[in-house]
Amino acid sequence: MTESSSQSPKRKVLRAENVTKHYGRYVALDNVNLDVHEGEVVAIIGPSGSGKSTLIRCMHQLESLEGGAIYLDDELLGFRRHKNQLLALNAKAVARQRRELGMVFQQFVLFPHMTVAENIMEGPTRVLGDSVADARKLAEHLLERVGLSHRINAYPPQLSGGQQQRVAIARALAMRPKVLLFDEPTSALDPELVGEVLKVVTDLAKAGKTMVVVTHEIGFAREAADRVIFMENGRVVEQGDARSTLADPKTDRLRTFLSRVM
Amino acid sequence: MTNLSITSSAVSAVPSTPPTPKNCVDDVSKAIYPASLSRRLGTIALVLIAAWLVWFLISNPRFEWPVVWNYLFAPAILEGLGVTLALTVISMVGGVLVGTIAALLLMSDYGPGRRAANVYLWAFRATPLMIQLLFWYNLAYLLPTVSIGLPFGEPWVEWRTIDLINPFTAAVLGLSLAEGAYMAEIMRAGLLSVDQRQHDAAKAIGMTPAQSFFRIIVPQAMRFIIPPTGNQVISMAKATALVSVIAMNDLLFAVQTIYNRTYEIVPLLMVAVFWYLVVISCLYLIQSRLEKHYSKGHQRTAVITAETTTA
Repeated sequence: MTESSSQSPKRKVLRAENVTKHYGRYVALDNVNLDVHEGEVVAIIGPSGSGKSTLIRCMHQLESLEGGAIYLDDELLGFRRHKNQLLALNAKAVARQRRELGMVFQQFVLFPHMTVAENIMEGPTRVLGDSVADARKLAEHLLERVGLSHRINAYPPQLSGGQQQRVAIARALAMRPKVLLFDEPTSALDPELVGEVLKVVTDLAKAGKTMVVVTHEIGFAREAADRVIFMENGRVVEQGDARSTLADPKTDRLRTFLSRVM
Repeated sequence: MTNLSITSSAVSAVPSTPPTPKNCVDDVSKAIYPASLSRRLGTIALVLIAAWLVWFLISNPRFEWPVVWNYLFAPAILEGLGVTLALTVISMVGGVLVGTIAALLLMSDYGPGRRAANVYLWAFRATPLMIQLLFWYNLAYLLPTVSIGLPFGEPWVEWRTIDLINPFTAAVLGLSLAEGAYMAEIMRAGLLSVDQRQHDAAKAIGMTPAQSFFRIIVPQAMRFIIPPTGNQVISMAKATALVSVIAMNDLLFAVQTIYNRTYEIVPLLMVAVFWYLVVISCLYLIQSRLEKHYSKGHQRTAVITAETTTA
């Protein structure tokens, strides 16, 4: 795969190498390789059941791998080397590694018993040890960035889906993650609310945030992503520069997929 | 039906009255909703029954209200009330602690712990509380000394069971352990009721399992835990009456001691009834406060959907 868009060789922030996962006899991920460079926006597309969500859930250690390895800044995720063996890390160590990655879920999953501000401040105060005042300032800043300053004291069930997802993005950003992962961030939204969320994600892309976005929005992938990954049956079938790959697919499979969704 | 006729008459009235803008606008906020005949009859019946009950309580000389009043604040009664309250609070706290630990074991992937918790639930729910209390009270007969040390080894510290077990400690032990077995299932149900994705979201901001449990899962599980726990507290407050079998001077025991001497059975039972009603009314209040607190974010007030700007 040639990297046509990269001007200078950038640092690889997140690496998946030969990642494999099964659910019983069903192969969810089959030797998947993926590098994410600093400042890069990678869109993962593909039919449902192709393993896109499983891949980013594995990157965030919400699912366990069965083969291969994932590295964040060259640190092996989920395991430590002991002599010639890999030992699984305990829950505390895994939690420490997870702080470096942000995740935005399809169903938002805000904490319904906390206000918008408390949702955003929870991670910084409880996990990173920030002061409440600092976390509050950060929450105000992030809410302004996602255009929701006026809803700071609302509870999640009082917000529309689009607003909830924008709060979820602010909550993930509050942890200052090295990479932000999105698991179909607009799939649970009413069509008229998709735009406001994609606008926030596009703004983050322009600001140089490193992101991996699993999405069904081909237009968004073309506009906002540097690189697009097409997955099918747990494998990476085609990848390359977002604009040229989507305009002129090399494989029949991607061409068929694009003709179906566009 | 009656409603509809109000609206339709208002509509039909519009052409005949001069069309000033105010008269044209229907406003159901001031509409009347007349009760149906069956409901009116029901109300009359309920009021009659309530009136008869009050009259029965006041006019029946066998309640001996002056005697009730004499004993209501008697020192022996208030002491018994204190014991009942102390037993309820201490045993309930113990029960919740034991129940939480048992629930976590039941849900864990640690097999021996899960089996141990299952045996505990089975044994303590399958046997009558009365028998359990008698066993705890007579523990010294089966186990003369209590010691700390390695099993089958020389003890490091040792006590005589008879010094440790008095009616109060036996009652607290018995009530807490029995309560814990029931609370475990309530806790488990509450924890299961929280959406599994909330665990993911807590992990996603880097929380440890303990942080996720106490900050995210428990506060949400409380909504489901409180109503059945309220039930348990209320039955606990009354179950403490059982401890009179192990000579614990609780409220019922105090009442019994007096009427065994004076034979004023009905008025003294009414004294006990009065205090149980007072205690349980207080528990009602506490429960509704707690429920309000833990329903944060779930009172569905105005859902703002108008604001859909992409700003």
